Amino acid sequence: MTALGRGFLALVLLFLYAPIAVMVLMGFNASDLYALPFSPTLHWFSELAGNDRLIAATRNSVLVALVTAGAATVLGTMAALALSRRSFRGKPLLRLLLLPPIAIPWLITGTAMLVFFFWTGIGRGLHAMILGHVALAIPYVVLVVGTGLAALRADLEEVAMSLGSTPLHVFWAVTLPLLAPSLIAAALFAFAVSLDQFVVSYFLAAPGVATLPVEIYSAIRKGFTPEINAVSTILLGASVGLFLVFAALTRIGTVERR
Amino acid sequence: MLLPAYGWLLVSVFLPLGAMLVFSFLKTNPFGSKAPLVFTTNNYLAFVTRPYLVGVAWTSLRLGFWTTGICAAVGLPAALAIARATRGRVRQTVFLLTILPFWTNGLVRVFSWTMLLRQGGILDDLVHLAAPGAASAGLLYSFPAVVIGLVHAYLPYMILTCYLAVASIDDALIDAARSLGARLPTVFATVVLPLALPGLVSGSILIFVPVIGSFMEPRILGGRIGVTMGTVIEDQFTQAYNWPLGSALSFSMLGVVLAIFAACSGVLRERLAA
Repeated sequence: MTALGRGFLALVLLFLYAPIAVMVLMGFNASDLYALPFSPTLHWFSELAGNDRLIAATRNSVLVALVTAGAATVLGTMAALALSRRSFRGKPLLRLLLLPPIAIPWLITGTAMLVFFFWTGIGRGLHAMILGHVALAIPYVVLVVGTGLAALRADLEEVAMSLGSTPLHVFWAVTLPLLAPSLIAAALFAFAVSLDQFVVSYFLAAPGVATLPVEIYSAIRKGFTPEINAVSTILLGASVGLFLVFAALTRIGTVERR
Repeated sequence: MLLPAYGWLLVSVFLPLGAMLVFSFLKTNPFGSKAPLVFTTNNYLAFVTRPYLVGVAWTSLRLGFWTTGICAAVGLPAALAIARATRGRVRQTVFLLTILPFWTNGLVRVFSWTMLLRQGGILDDLVHLAAPGAASAGLLYSFPAVVIGLVHAYLPYMILTCYLAVASIDDALIDAARSLGARLPTVFATVVLPLALPGLVSGSILIFVPVIGSFMEPRILGGRIGVTMGTVIEDQFTQAYNWPLGSALSFSMLGVVLAIFAACSGVLRERLAA
């Protein structure tokens, strides 16, 4: 049974990763028709350096993701602190309100944002994308920081209070340092949510102002070229790097041993 | 403390949803004209006035059923295999590899399937290697291609939710059933499946809901035959500029989504509380 189970898992992982591996390899293949045999080249990557649209889109992506990570982490952490450290009426409702940004298909949220932003004169563009991305990232930040807060010993804060610290000082001297790994993890998560976000960005992109995924989408619709593989590979590398740091910070996957 | 976060959600999510609701009752786009707004319910009658939409909606639902079904058929055994056939570092690695795709761009993953599925693509090469002279598989731009892409995108959800459900099954339960003479299929049907059910249900919702709203997967992998509710709505906003109709279709879909959540709220609440 064990061998059968492991064999099955190997097949599932092959299904999940083989297409991605092929996609990455083709970014290093000389043929512009994705033809074999494989002959390695960095041509498509060096080609990217001259693609001004892609470079501008990359700059936009990173800018939006940085602002999103900062804003969502601050706002989400404040909400998480209030939700976990205080008791008040309406808390279940407030928790419930965090679900729509995650649970409603992005197609619906994205088109709704487009309608509202256009109607109110907020318009489209990077600022609109930031408005949207931060809203999508806040629930995740509340979740990650909330989990961190739950694991944090509340009695440490109480000890500091009973020794005469002010609440603000307790926060700076006790809570924040202990919470730091969760905060960094939440910020990384928010950064990744924004960097990989396509649907909402797509509807909120102004003509000539796109992010990397939006630019990739329009490139795919025009036709397949290995340049798309090269830029996709770079985006993939960035996501995987972020994931590895996040996994190390939150120790996911080692849950059962705690 | 709560105000900034919820204020932001109000402006970026809840007010837009409200605005879209109003919009869906408008007769024409209100932009650029001083004419007073004219309200109508016609946009919601689109399924009657545009009969082809019924077929499109059916395609979306079929995509949802196929994708969810295949994910369940593969995801539950995979979750069981992680929980039963691995331990220690192997389990940790497999677990991380399963959730890693959450972090990668969905568009990039869909694009990667075009490499394999297109005529003369890698899959064709493999088929020809095994059976020279065989006809080209050329799956790209077909219904199965879209399903494959969607399964690839959402399978990790099912493995994760099922794993969380089956990881807590006590070995003693299975040993007890076995020692009382139950065969493996019986153990699966009477012990494992009921305990895994909450994971299966929440996984199915997490997959079905975004699949019926998907538009880039059908667009890229389905080509001309990939017309779904998602692509129709996308067209209303980016090509046809019939925003009121797009809003009404979006809102109809939201209604379906909310109905699914309401129908399964019992199971979901248990999972959220856990």
